[in-house]
Amino acid sequence: MATTDTFPAPEAEAAGHAPLLDVDDLQVEFRTRDGVAKAVNGVSFSLDEGETLAILGESGSGKSVTALAVMGILDSPPGFVTGGAVRFRGQDLLSLPEDERRAYRGRNIAMVFQDALSALNPVFPVGWQIGEMFRVHEGMSKKDARVRVIELMERVRIPAARERIDDYPHQFSGGMRQRIMIAMSIALDPDVLIADEPTTALDVTVQAQIMELLRDLQRERKMGLILITHDLGVVADVADRISVMYAGRIMEKAVVGEIYARPSHPYTKGLLESIPRVDLKGQDLSAIQGLPPSLTRIPPGCEFNPRCPYAQDICREKRPALLEVVPGRFSACHFAQEVLDGSI
Amino acid sequence: MTDPSALYPPAAAGADERIHPDSETALEAGTEGPPGAPQQADKPRSLTSDAWHDLRRNPIFIVSAVIIVVLVVMAAFPGVFTNKDPRFCDLNLSRQAPSADAWFGYDVQGCDVYARTIYGARASILVGLFTTIAVTIVGGLIGMIAGFYGGWIDSVLSRILEIFFGIPLLLGGVLVLASFPSNPGTPQLVTIGKVVIALTILAWTSLARIMRSTVIQVKHADYVSAARALGGGAPRILRSHVLPNAVAPVIVYATIVLGIFIGVEATLSFLGIGLQPPVISWGVAINDASTYIRQSPHMLLFPGALLTITVLAFIMLGDAVRDAFDPRLR
Repeated sequence: MATTDTFPAPEAEAAGHAPLLDVDDLQVEFRTRDGVAKAVNGVSFSLDEGETLAILGESGSGKSVTALAVMGILDSPPGFVTGGAVRFRGQDLLSLPEDERRAYRGRNIAMVFQDALSALNPVFPVGWQIGEMFRVHEGMSKKDARVRVIELMERVRIPAARERIDDYPHQFSGGMRQRIMIAMSIALDPDVLIADEPTTALDVTVQAQIMELLRDLQRERKMGLILITHDLGVVADVADRISVMYAGRIMEKAVVGEIYARPSHPYTKGLLESIPRVDLKGQDLSAIQGLPPSLTRIPPGCEFNPRCPYAQDICREKRPALLEVVPGRFSACHFAQEVLDGSI
Repeated sequence: MTDPSALYPPAAAGADERIHPDSETALEAGTEGPPGAPQQADKPRSLTSDAWHDLRRNPIFIVSAVIIVVLVVMAAFPGVFTNKDPRFCDLNLSRQAPSADAWFGYDVQGCDVYARTIYGARASILVGLFTTIAVTIVGGLIGMIAGFYGGWIDSVLSRILEIFFGIPLLLGGVLVLASFPSNPGTPQLVTIGKVVIALTILAWTSLARIMRSTVIQVKHADYVSAARALGGGAPRILRSHVLPNAVAPVIVYATIVLGIFIGVEATLSFLGIGLQPPVISWGVAINDASTYIRQSPHMLLFPGALLTITVLAFIMLGDAVRDAFDPRLR
């Protein structure tokens, strides 16, 4: 894949390479009555053109909040971005005023939501909703927009697009609705597409079709794709790199194949071991003990220490930094090398 | 751009996933819909068309709609119903009981009660209609702004709303209208306008509350976030995503209060401060009749009955519309 491609970004400084999207030490907190919930604590990643980054994590790990913060559509209050930077081709989006920032949404960075039924407006036909992108952002006439909408619906492989353009969201099946959502988000040919659990609400065969569609669209348009998911299986075929999140932090970063073969963080290891496997049929399924911590009371030391089978005293006292274990692999664990070698 | 069809023949591309549009509606018809009511195949059905489909089969809606249509025709073209002049009065006929000549009898001035009741519909319906429109616009707008923007804007608007909410509609109406009295020389439309303004000032609060709460519900919907994620600005999102999804309960409530406004107008006119002669209205007629209830009950009976029927028709219509628009009641 195109992970090593460079490109002439217009805003790139003389030094040359500014990544397409660069998230640096992002911090997000929710100020609620029960206290401050630190949903994202220093998440960093970067994304290049044509690259797919998977952000993996269980519910409440902060992956969706990260996406909303990058998009700048966090409900505020209660959510606040308290630190870090989100740079699109070198331009820090967080420092822009809202109306300038809005210009990036849809055109440069777009998002696909998890549940397309609730993400589509129930009172308008789907064609009208997709067409809104062209009418509002490009000032197209209704007639021209309609032609483009049919093209786009065909592009996301909706059968009989011409006849179905005036149907309402509830008249489509789950997979078709997600295709419509995807059509809307790619309408303006964005450079970055964030897909927040795009297949979670769908059944397995449809999941595969949607992932395939996303992959093809990404290749064809050289988009950077951020795939947010809790499903290790979904990631394997599509992603180039993976970041594993836990309690608002990135625990491990790696190229996709390596992480499956040899995890370097006990949490990733636990996740991989908890996937049901055909060759272990009949045996007890191993699960990670305990529950994710409440974000208002993150334990001191390593966030994962109360659930970690290898936790030592140091894990309860000192928070491990995300360090490079072997070239290209990062792990936030005091015993990363040992986990990687399988020696503990 | 590569041609997608080259990679994926459209026939194979998820064709099995497509559900036929009327498979869902057919299911509905089988489980919930009235038996023997054929669903229109292949026709997209929005909330509105669904509601209309239900309404057409609801006897309460049909009855109330027919009454309202008759009333509206009465208000617009009173000449259709009577050829008598409501302003031609003969004191010799004062308070004569109903007869073949005058079906509803004569009032104290010797005017034909039937003609005056027919002509009275116009003022009553105009007041009801204009007040409802004004209240919907004012209340809807304030409620929408408060609900959508939240924060201090919501706090300020909500406190203002509560102040107005505390004033009883009738008492407030009496106060406002007594401060700006009309006299027989005031043009009809000005008199009607005063009543409309007085009622609007006092009655916008309920509508604003309904609008605010539904907007708060709708603004957290995923499709609003999605619209923001795809670059929609606040006015755009309000207009094409929040408003269409939040307006149904407001329409329903507006239909119900229309009847109530007609009743309040009659009450104010009865008290002598709403519409006043020479305006012909049911409230004025009831006021005239009140002194002679024992001697000539027909003077009260007919305008009173028509007023009751009108208010009832609008409230019934509102109920039917609410049932049709509220999916939870199905």
